[in-house]
Amino acid sequence: MMPRTLYDKLWQSHVVDVQEDGNCLIYIDRQIIHEVTSPQAFEGLRAAGRKLAHPEAMLAVPDHNVPTSADRATVITAQDSQIQLDILEQNCKEFGVEYIPMMDARQGIVHIVGPEQGFTQPGMTIVCGDSHTSTHGAFGALAFGIGTSEVEHVMATQTLILNRQKNMRIDVAGTLCPGITAKDIALAIIGKIGTAGGTGHVIEFTGSAIRALSMEGRMTLCNMSIEGGARSGLIAPDQVTFDYVMGRPKSPKGAAFEQAVAYWKTLPSDEGAAYDKEIFIRAEDIAPQVTWGTSPENVLPITGVVPNPNDVMDEERKIALQRALDYMGLTPGTKLQDVTIDRVFIGSCTNGRIEDIRAVAEVVKGKKIHADVEAWAVPGSGLVKFQAEEEGLDQILIAAGFQWREPGCSMCLAMNADKLLPHERCASTSNRNFEGRQGPKGRTHLMSPAMAAAAALTGHLTDIREL
Amino acid sequence: MDKFIKLSAIAAPLPMANIDTDMIIPQQHLKTITRTGLGKYAFSHIRYHDDGSERDDFVLNKPAYRTAEILVTGENFGCGSSREHAPWALKDFGIKCVIAPSFADIFYGNCFKNGLLPITLPQETIDLLLDDAGRGANAIITVDLETQTISGPDGGTVSFEVDPYRRHCLLNGLDDIGLTLEKKKIIENFEAKKRLTQPWMFQDE
Repeated sequence: MMPRTLYDKLWQSHVVDVQEDGNCLIYIDRQIIHEVTSPQAFEGLRAAGRKLAHPEAMLAVPDHNVPTSADRATVITAQDSQIQLDILEQNCKEFGVEYIPMMDARQGIVHIVGPEQGFTQPGMTIVCGDSHTSTHGAFGALAFGIGTSEVEHVMATQTLILNRQKNMRIDVAGTLCPGITAKDIALAIIGKIGTAGGTGHVIEFTGSAIRALSMEGRMTLCNMSIEGGARSGLIAPDQVTFDYVMGRPKSPKGAAFEQAVAYWKTLPSDEGAAYDKEIFIRAEDIAPQVTWGTSPENVLPITGVVPNPNDVMDEERKIALQRALDYMGLTPGTKLQDVTIDRVFIGSCTNGRIEDIRAVAEVVKGKKIHADVEAWAVPGSGLVKFQAEEEGLDQILIAAGFQWREPGCSMCLAMNADKLLPHERCASTSNRNFEGRQGPKGRTHLMSPAMAAAAALTGHLTDIREL
Repeated sequence: MDKFIKLSAIAAPLPMANIDTDMIIPQQHLKTITRTGLGKYAFSHIRYHDDGSERDDFVLNKPAYRTAEILVTGENFGCGSSREHAPWALKDFGIKCVIAPSFADIFYGNCFKNGLLPITLPQETIDLLLDDAGRGANAIITVDLETQTISGPDGGTVSFEVDPYRRHCLLNGLDDIGLTLEKKKIIENFEAKKRLTQPWMFQDE
């Protein structure tokens, strides 16, 4: 038998039917839904008189729109947000989908809740109407974001019609330097391949630096695959994965778990499996990363300077670069470390996990944030929040001057009240620095939680290694 | 779903790379529970001033392009969020075809579910189409999905590739959920086998 990649195995084990035109009907094991991209799908089912194929294979959590203020049980949410939240609850009741309400201790961002609940497991196909579904690939599951029409297709049929992607491997060998995290790996990769570098591919991350990452770090890395153009990222499951999955509410138990692990161990790519594209990176070469522009590929080591459009030959790129600098209010040649910030956002499906909160606490413990900075920590889920509070991390952050908020997507996409004011500059642990992403005319610099914490202390972008 | 067979229309040039779905439809307009009515918010950050008045420098606000149904644009169009609100907004605005050197995967797939045809062509061809598009109503472009060709105003024709299944669905306005449900038996057989070998994957086991 030809050696196969992890992706080949995941794909082949889910092919229900091969169409004459080469497209495949692929079985979907799990679907997670939230309030923003599901209402039209439920409405479509209702209009066509269709039922859910497998309501038990779905899990619903409100996250994009929920308030993150302490008074959120009673606070009056914007009416349009409230309608989406109410409709999600009604739809779940009507169609028999498990729904985790906003005030439930387990509520949080879909991509944090799925893994926490053991809903996410290796070897599965997992979809959600959200591009950061790539996060779940950290478990060796084929996970990808879909549009609302596909959400409806999965609801009605438990399948999707897909064409096979190409195999891409990104190998990160060696040992990360102190202060360097999975977020830095992700940003460094996007800087290298560009935001379309992974288009049409599934990226498998391999190498000793990847194996050394915790599940939290692996999720951060796979989460950002989509910013490199790949709908899915993958990391082969290993003991770290099995240990994380074991004992969670929806994980297999006892003999079933043993049976599952035996299967999961067959998933890693075979020796000699072929990839269509391979990239090799040395872990030691990765410095703390920070974005300066309006695309995740506009990224540099923190020791860099704001680039000059005049240094670019291609006319279209020159215009794009100038546009990014104008939007960001930056002057070419400015040292990144001299860029002052107004806000700090710790959170999102990229960096809203316990390890991220710990990293921030370690940096700010016993210190005060800069007087001109407003800093927020928004745990990715109620369970992350609870764990952090058990460890006293909330008190460390609050003492340093952070706001400690309730879980949700919050200022990662600014759909609720959490947003930047025009021209405010934010050191953010989220995933996108697009124009207007964190609020109209808001300016986003993406970085790791430790780097964002360092910026909170000094009031400017800061090299964590020098703090 | 609306069919897409053949379209002769004004093409608007928007030669920017990496237009993301946040730019096509900003997050504040995602708080809807319907698929319709988003056209007025399409590209709102670059289309309107803060006071809501139109920006003269945005191509779709120019008199020559207000009725454009084709968009000719830069590489990696539709990157970022999976929001299907992006093709919904374009379609509601009146755009039925987007031509670019490359598209982001999720956006590309979402277009076909909404009767919107995305066409990928080499940059050199895009450059020629941008020139044509620059002539506004004097340069009607014809996109024919049946013959998979684009004809410019001066008689030149280029071919394009499209996945045969997606083409079939667009030409016939087919709802692919209906097509998949015809395979219910095959899906059930697959499930039955999977339940035997991987019972832990099923939450109702």
